Amino acid sequence: MIRIENLTKSFGEQEVLRGVSLQVNSGEFVALVGMSGSGKSLLLRHLVRLMRPDSGRVLVDGRDVGKMPRYELEALRSRVGYVFQSGALFDSINVFDNVAFPLREKTRLSETVIRQKVMEELDQVGLKDVEHKYPAELSGGMLKRVALARTLVRAPEIILFDEPTTGLDPIVVNSILNLFDSVHKRLKLTGILVSHEIPEIFGIVQKIAMLHEGVIAAVETPENIHHSQNPVIAQFVAGKPDGPIRYR
Amino acid sequence: MNALIAMGTWCVDGLSRLGKCAVFFLRTLACCVTPPLKFDRVIKQIWFIGWKSMPVICLTAVFTGMVLALQGHPTLRRVGSEAFLGPLIALSLIRELGPVLAALMVTGRAGSSITAQIGIMRINDQIDALELMGLNPFRYLVVPNLIAFVFAMPLLSAIFDVVAIFGGYLLGVRVLGLNSGAYFGEMNNYVVLHDIATGVYKSMCFGALIASVCCYKGFHSRYGAEGVSSATTRAVVDASVLVLVWDYLLTSLIS
Repeated sequence: MIRIENLTKSFGEQEVLRGVSLQVNSGEFVALVGMSGSGKSLLLRHLVRLMRPDSGRVLVDGRDVGKMPRYELEALRSRVGYVFQSGALFDSINVFDNVAFPLREKTRLSETVIRQKVMEELDQVGLKDVEHKYPAELSGGMLKRVALARTLVRAPEIILFDEPTTGLDPIVVNSILNLFDSVHKRLKLTGILVSHEIPEIFGIVQKIAMLHEGVIAAVETPENIHHSQNPVIAQFVAGKPDGPIRYR
Repeated sequence: MNALIAMGTWCVDGLSRLGKCAVFFLRTLACCVTPPLKFDRVIKQIWFIGWKSMPVICLTAVFTGMVLALQGHPTLRRVGSEAFLGPLIALSLIRELGPVLAALMVTGRAGSSITAQIGIMRINDQIDALELMGLNPFRYLVVPNLIAFVFAMPLLSAIFDVVAIFGGYLLGVRVLGLNSGAYFGEMNNYVVLHDIATGVYKSMCFGALIASVCCYKGFHSRYGAEGVSSATTRAVVDASVLVLVWDYLLTSLIS
């Protein structure tokens, strides 16, 4: 279980997170939505201590991530899969080596077993035939799927997706979201998905949390979000330029 | 008053940056002496820093030797000591010019490339990805470069010395007509082991310095293409200046 309690983070005068609280139960898949620049990715980075909060805390299975000693943090990170917005693939090695990388570096598996695992994961994401290509030779959608394969090959228990579908066409977006859905159902992972893809995400998550003006404005089921009377949520879901949400 | 505040801020910022760089270096050293060492990456970096720098090192070395011969010969002839051209070139190169010029050339060729590579990894979240896989980015990115630089620099410096002495021979003996026996014979009489050891110490120090500065700048690169470009420029400038300052300090200490 992931529990975020009154998390705040500022950069100079700019207060980005002003007391975020959120709970994600084990096996639950939660979408985190909000305006661009509202701090969604920033919040995600706090969950694995890529950033430290000014105040507040993040608890994973009851343990405070901010106070974890190095060895415990590494153990936590080995349980967490993080799919970056950019994919964060190593551009100097090919797709196969990218997916094999964590296994080669963190396990003592033989090259034969590694090959088998990597090909299985690439097959799962529908990219068995691109193993020899370099990241620069792949389309945006393929990059995200390779990044997902690299994350899944480590068999994580918690998975964090940072805008994995931004900038992709609707068909690729749906194929990637369906892939996430099948992965979640197959592996029973706890997951947080940062996304702007409304209403596409409605069918794959159990809850939607909306981050607005540095706090969680609502945590509801997709159905309730869809029919919400809350003017902030209604404006965001409808994508209307006029309303309480002021955009820059 | 404002000027005083600005000067104070500049000093504090400078000291803070220096402190951060020192902590970075110490953290890298700690990773160097604790297993596991990424031996394959060390070899790869020695190949990249050492072997791939050979053409530029040889090219600059041969011309440096020729210029030294060209400048030294008329001066020595005036005092009737042309025979000392060999020792003059050899001592200048082995003690000072070899390590310093090789370090400056390697900073421009390999140091800048390492800063840009690490900088791009930083802005594309690749360093964060390494951390989230439970890998220490220092061990994976910085330690192999530090070890490779410390090993490669004395070798490159030695090659620089040999090629430059050959360049001096080409001009002094083949063009200016100095006796070949005198050129090499006097060199044997004047160059001692201490001179060679001084050059090796200096090269190793320069290697550690270039690796630390270039990796540090890449690691702390700001976002975007401009951030990486700026980090690369700063890395080359800072490392080059520090090589010269450190050379002066080391020479003072050794002398």
